[in-house]
Amino acid sequence: MNKTDPQEIYEKIKEEARSWVDARQEKPLVMVGTATCGLAAGALQVKEDFLKEIENKGLDAEVIEVGCIGHCYAEPLAIIAKPGFPPVCYGHLDDGLVHRLVEDFLAGDDPSYEYAMAALERNDEFPTFEDFPRGVYEEKLILEHCGFTDFSKIESYVARDGYSALAKALSGDPGLVLEEVKEANLRGRGGAGFPAGKKWEACLNNGEDEKYIICNGDEGDPGAFMDRSVLESDPHLVLEGMILCAYAVGAKQGYLYIRAEYPRAVEHTRKAIEQAREKGFLGSSILGTDFSFDLEVFQGSGAFICGEATALVNSMEGRTGMPESRPPRLVQQGFRGKPTVLNNVKTFAYVPLIIGRGAEWFKGIGNPESPGTAVFSLVGKINNTGLVEVPMGTTLRQLIEEVGDGLPEGSAFKAVQIGGPSGGCLPESSLDVPIDFDSLHEAGAIMGSGGLVVMDQEDCMVSVARFFLEFTQHESCGKCTFCRLGTKHMLDILTDITRGEGDLQTLQFLKELSEDVRDGSLCNLGRTAPNPVLTTLRYFYDEYRAHVEEGRCPALVCRDLILYYIKPSKCSKLCNVCVGSCPTEAIYTRDDGLKAIDQEKCVKCDNCRKACPTEYDAVLRLSPPVLPDEKERKAK
Amino acid sequence: MLQLLKGEKEEILACVKEVLGENSKTHENLVPILQQVQKKLGYLPALAMDKIAEGLQVPAVDIYGLATFYNQFRLNPPGKHEVKVCMGTACYMAGGDITLESFERRMEIKEGETSVDRYYSLDRVACVGCCTLAPVAVIDDEVEGKVTPTRVDGIMLALEEDREDNTGGNSGPGEGADHE
Repeated sequence: MNKTDPQEIYEKIKEEARSWVDARQEKPLVMVGTATCGLAAGALQVKEDFLKEIENKGLDAEVIEVGCIGHCYAEPLAIIAKPGFPPVCYGHLDDGLVHRLVEDFLAGDDPSYEYAMAALERNDEFPTFEDFPRGVYEEKLILEHCGFTDFSKIESYVARDGYSALAKALSGDPGLVLEEVKEANLRGRGGAGFPAGKKWEACLNNGEDEKYIICNGDEGDPGAFMDRSVLESDPHLVLEGMILCAYAVGAKQGYLYIRAEYPRAVEHTRKAIEQAREKGFLGSSILGTDFSFDLEVFQGSGAFICGEATALVNSMEGRTGMPESRPPRLVQQGFRGKPTVLNNVKTFAYVPLIIGRGAEWFKGIGNPESPGTAVFSLVGKINNTGLVEVPMGTTLRQLIEEVGDGLPEGSAFKAVQIGGPSGGCLPESSLDVPIDFDSLHEAGAIMGSGGLVVMDQEDCMVSVARFFLEFTQHESCGKCTFCRLGTKHMLDILTDITRGEGDLQTLQFLKELSEDVRDGSLCNLGRTAPNPVLTTLRYFYDEYRAHVEEGRCPALVCRDLILYYIKPSKCSKLCNVCVGSCPTEAIYTRDDGLKAIDQEKCVKCDNCRKACPTEYDAVLRLSPPVLPDEKERKAK
Repeated sequence: MLQLLKGEKEEILACVKEVLGENSKTHENLVPILQQVQKKLGYLPALAMDKIAEGLQVPAVDIYGLATFYNQFRLNPPGKHEVKVCMGTACYMAGGDITLESFERRMEIKEGETSVDRYYSLDRVACVGCCTLAPVAVIDDEVEGKVTPTRVDGIMLALEEDREDNTGGNSGPGEGADHE
């Protein structure tokens, strides 16, 4: 069919890339993780330090930037690959450690294992990440190379067989790509889990000539950052997935919709597109075939609702991002009125792996209904915060206790919030739920964006529900009455509850209103916005009751229901720490030299409690907010 | 609304003209046009929105609707020092609201506002992506972790010192605005 064989052309490109990579590996390479999380922890300074130290020593070594390896708790991170040694990863870097590594490892031959986190290749000297407890459970597919590959060079991607799935697909019929994706039962990773193959097929069968592919990178959940990480750290994986999709459905133009708040993701993706064009993976006559396809980045402007497919398309067309009722579905009538396939970043990222390694391989991971892996950003009261990728079917307990290394000392597990503002809070009893689209839905949460927040006894469930609702209420586009007014009213009720106002009837009303908002909204923002409220009401009803019936916040969080009190019997005359810590000068020294708090001035910032030395622990939070002597009086 | 500074009007007009010249005037380009204007000016002044509406021949309310719908667009000018407090899930749970309140108290402005002398602006942002450092604030693009109210005082002290260093000199912040 084709005049030239795409495989042949590809092999040539790959050979060049291989020799480029080999040449680079001849001298020591320092890879500093500079994804957004690394930058925040000071990665650029670390890079500067490495450059300076290397120059001072007159060494011949290269320092490059790489993405995120998912071990956010240890940022800033760097990997040192020196010929003759396994590549080693070091965490918690500062100028002192950099100095030492350059002197001992780069200049000398001592890898300083005492400061290393892990090696990246199996060796006889030092354990690898797979030997970590989390390594047993983790299975990295789309995050496999994130943070280990030079995102700024297409050669790094090609040298490890990148774009080989494309070359393979182009040598065959487009129908084969579709068959493989359908066979693999790849479900959309945007949250809802709709089978990607079905979507593509519907678009293909639409008949129209003009079709579009859109990659949804409008990750708006406050607390999820895996899409950003993939785009920042390994952009070509997503591009290849999109090109394969375009080949399967016959599209000529595609867009990556990326939040403008992710400037680095935008920059890296744009650069990757340029490089792919140069090598002939994008543009006209891809790899010598008659298939043409091009990509562009569209910068989203920060609206949570634009993660919804129809709203996203509206916003790309220059309108406010309001969802439309479906049908028509996007695959029938999408961007510019043409059939459009819209999938999440992660969904596209799986495609090259499925085409390259086959549907059977993919189905061997995870469970039959939800094959593949799930990516989570672990945050909250957990030791190993960061990005993790585990096979579907892993239980929440394994994820939290093994992969995340459990809760910090002194924290007792109370709840886990999954799926961001659209998800739910699950209690201890739900921890053995396997992670897949259907099981989580049954338990009341959703897979959603993959944000996972672990909470302990110091987190108030009412306050958490209020936080998420405040977010969705603010992000409601205002189209549907229930979502626009209902969420506002729910927020008002929740605010009242955090102040101890209301009664059991209020709680009943809140529940009914939640159900109405869920049933009366058009899109998933409104339909899922009540989830955090409904699940906390279901699993933590007692906490709500304590707020309205006793005016007490059991977690000692809701500031209208607590007061700060310095217990005279614990306070010391010799210590003044709390006085200085108070931002409003509310703490004074009593006539007897002990400290006390002027309740009028106190803003309940918790500073004094943190400042009070552990041997005294004299600052207490009391809920309900009644000072002890008054309490006694009341009891009488 | 803050008053326009001297010469700012001319700057706005020139900027809008330039951006409109670089883009085809289609409705589909509206969001990119607004993004480019904001990138150049730091915010979307009412005047700029009026001029863009004229240029694209759409009602000004459409532009205003877009600018207020999307979180990216800001309608007031950024301060010389921009402080953003993270309100992602992890930061909220670690007391991000307390941090925000502390800044509000010290700057004497509310979240989303700019001080009259345009020295400070205070905003909330969704997740910055460094949840381990919660609560987090971004001060002029520098991420600060574990920002307790005491740390807020420290940050404010540094920013105030910077103001004192500059007032004796030439182009101090807020020149031309109400400034004492």
